[in-house]
Amino acid sequence: MMILSKPNSGAHIGANRSVRQIMWQVILALSPATVFGLWCFGWPALNLFIITVTSALFFEAFCIRLQGRAAKPVLMDGSALLTGWLLAMTLPPWAPWWIGVVGSGLAIILGKQVYGGLGQNLFNPAMLARVALLISFPIEMTTWANVSPLFFSHSPGLAESWHITFSGLDNLDAYTGATTLGYIKTEFSQNRVLADIMQDYSPILSFIGWSRGSLGEASTLLLALGGIWLIRAKIITWHIPVALLATVTVLASIFHLADSQHYISPFVHLNSGAMMCVAFFIATDYVTSPNTATGQLVFGAGCGLLIFVIRTWGAYPEGAGFAVLLMNSATPLIDHYIRPRIYGRDRKGKPLEIPKP
Amino acid sequence: MLSFFTKARIRGGVHAEEHKAITATQAIVTGFPLPKTLYIPLQQHVGKPAEPLIRVGEQVLKGQLLAYSQGLISAPVHAPSSGVILDVNDYPAPHPSALPIRMIVLETDGKDQWLELPAVADPFQLAPEDISLRVGAAGIVGLGGATFPTAVKLNMGRENHIDTLIINGAECEPYLSCDDRLMQERSDQIIDGVRLMLHGMETGQAIVAIEDNKPQAFNAMLASAQAYPKITVIQIPTRYPMGWDRQLIGYVTGREVPVGSRSSEVGVTIHNVGTAYATHKAIRYGQPLVSRVLTVSGGAVGRPMNVEVPLGTLISEVFDFCGVDARQTARIIMGGPMMGDALPHTGLPTVKATSGLLALTASELKDTDEQPCIRCASCVSVCPAGLRPLDMANNIRVNQLDAAVDIGLKDCISCGCCSYICPSNIPLVQYFKYASGEVAARQQAQHKSEQTKRLMEARNTRLERIAEKQREEEQARIAAKLERERLKAEQEASV
Repeated sequence: MMILSKPNSGAHIGANRSVRQIMWQVILALSPATVFGLWCFGWPALNLFIITVTSALFFEAFCIRLQGRAAKPVLMDGSALLTGWLLAMTLPPWAPWWIGVVGSGLAIILGKQVYGGLGQNLFNPAMLARVALLISFPIEMTTWANVSPLFFSHSPGLAESWHITFSGLDNLDAYTGATTLGYIKTEFSQNRVLADIMQDYSPILSFIGWSRGSLGEASTLLLALGGIWLIRAKIITWHIPVALLATVTVLASIFHLADSQHYISPFVHLNSGAMMCVAFFIATDYVTSPNTATGQLVFGAGCGLLIFVIRTWGAYPEGAGFAVLLMNSATPLIDHYIRPRIYGRDRKGKPLEIPKP
Repeated sequence: MLSFFTKARIRGGVHAEEHKAITATQAIVTGFPLPKTLYIPLQQHVGKPAEPLIRVGEQVLKGQLLAYSQGLISAPVHAPSSGVILDVNDYPAPHPSALPIRMIVLETDGKDQWLELPAVADPFQLAPEDISLRVGAAGIVGLGGATFPTAVKLNMGRENHIDTLIINGAECEPYLSCDDRLMQERSDQIIDGVRLMLHGMETGQAIVAIEDNKPQAFNAMLASAQAYPKITVIQIPTRYPMGWDRQLIGYVTGREVPVGSRSSEVGVTIHNVGTAYATHKAIRYGQPLVSRVLTVSGGAVGRPMNVEVPLGTLISEVFDFCGVDARQTARIIMGGPMMGDALPHTGLPTVKATSGLLALTASELKDTDEQPCIRCASCVSVCPAGLRPLDMANNIRVNQLDAAVDIGLKDCISCGCCSYICPSNIPLVQYFKYASGEVAARQQAQHKSEQTKRLMEARNTRLERIAEKQREEEQARIAAKLERERLKAEQEASV
């Protein structure tokens, strides 16, 4: 019997897990929060979501074709879909169509393909695009629609939603407002204290996602559940999320205990903004996070620290995007200094000494 | 909580689908039909190949010495059956390359007649050195797959005054169950082999470590070892590569073997259960190693089984016996699916190292469509040696082999965990084996060029010295001539 094949080293068998499956499982974990968010913000949110994801796929295919490769197998790995999906989740749900298109272009072309494609990028593509959009188009990127669920009376209909997506809102103030963190930041600048500011704040509504914000900021509950499922499915490990959330919790607790009128409580921190989305879905991006458990703890803690610092003392109400990008840039350094100890060697790489009996 | 702070006892590893039950639940088949021809490689072990001492056409009996061990690390080869020597020549080796190596070809006469063997009444009266000598003379090597000559290890254990002998019954490779069956069916003999090894190494205790997916084997071994307080039988977690000697030593004793040292230097020696069984047969009955139990399994095998075959049996005959469907076979593997070698055809002999022969179908194999690395770092977390396979592969891909060596290429044990887990189907172990070979070749080439350079320089200095000497002689000759002429002129002038 002859076998005609290339010579192969072990392992001859493999774990049943491919890049595509990993990407799809992350998408699956994002789905509950996405569906709930889309329902909360109605047809305009769905328009933007579809536009963002489609253009991400388009830009990916365009770049691959430019390289003279077949686009279909690359699109099938699901990474462009996931990037578009994550980006769409960080945009204001009623943002105009071109925000989605420009964002996807930034994410896929500048964030990923110029570095050499999947696995080569230094920065998280979705966060890179979001931060670039936020700096370039601050109005569009901070106009947050009120919760107006599909099939409820004040939800925009199909025709109206096309108008919102493609020509913009006519009566801004009636339909929009600030996110919790944005509101707190503005009111702090008016020298008000937390006891006054937080009078209308409902932790429960915020927890289930019944509050203004992007899809990725809305439902703490569904995002956290999705994230925990990812850990249980062994797609991600607990290190980054736990380090990130613990750091924010500890810092927020210290400051809140010291001055509860000027520093928001850890519960509000965890329950608002993109905290859960970043902790479980953004900071855990394989490509841009360190590859040892210890490195991931450092990375997660760094993200948490930066989020807290930017939220508390920075000019922006939400610092998650900046925090992740800054820590992304530190990833190669972390990986350089934090390495696993090689068996039979000490941390410096010298062979261990034989213990004297 | 306390265990969180103590050193983790198992590093990395994977849990692959086992596929063991189909063969582990059947008795070892002993009625394998004697092949007409046996191909017996002279090198079936680590070290120097054995040197043949028979002539073509010679009649031999089963168990007769065919080739003697040469050098400190080597092992002899014996006749697996009685018959006539047909040839001593180069034949394809059971190796992925199937390149020819020296083999003895034996035509069996069907009588399977044993040589008269020297049985020992009470082997515990023998001197420890004598145990090693007899084990060495029986051609026993590590039967877990490493094939290191067992006698050398026994001697090292005795000389280093080791305190613990570990018997490796982990059998962590998927599909394989030959050690499992051996422990279930021949536990008394194995335990006897362990006692003989303890005697040979003058060691106080032995620990038999069996993965907890083999409860029957564990119970059988436990029962057989009960009478001997020196021997403990323990269960260890099922996690590949638990049978890696260093992983097992770490788990059982908590000791770590430094890079570049042998386990005996930290007071431990490790032997496989199959080796213990072979030791029992060699010492009690004087039987050399001429057959072994191996697992034949895989999706393309009609009758998967554990079967005892004479060494030198062609794989094709084993596959015929087990009903392997050639059309369904996508890959032939000698050994387990994690570390085994893919063989190009079945016209190759089984050897002492053959713990398994697998005929896998395409659906059992790992996908080969290579995708870009997504830095998921699964390879880092499963690596039992603490390496970063993804970084090593990146270095190798751009031909920076020195950089790969710097971050631990030489510490790779080729266990295959990284290749197994990689979602991008990157053949990492293939990269590392290629790079290791290339590094060795480069070092050799560099060594050679340095040698040449040194010889050239030596030659140049030698030539220069000769030229210098010639020049000096020439000058001396000229000076003498001038002197002579001057004297002559003076003489003429004075006349």
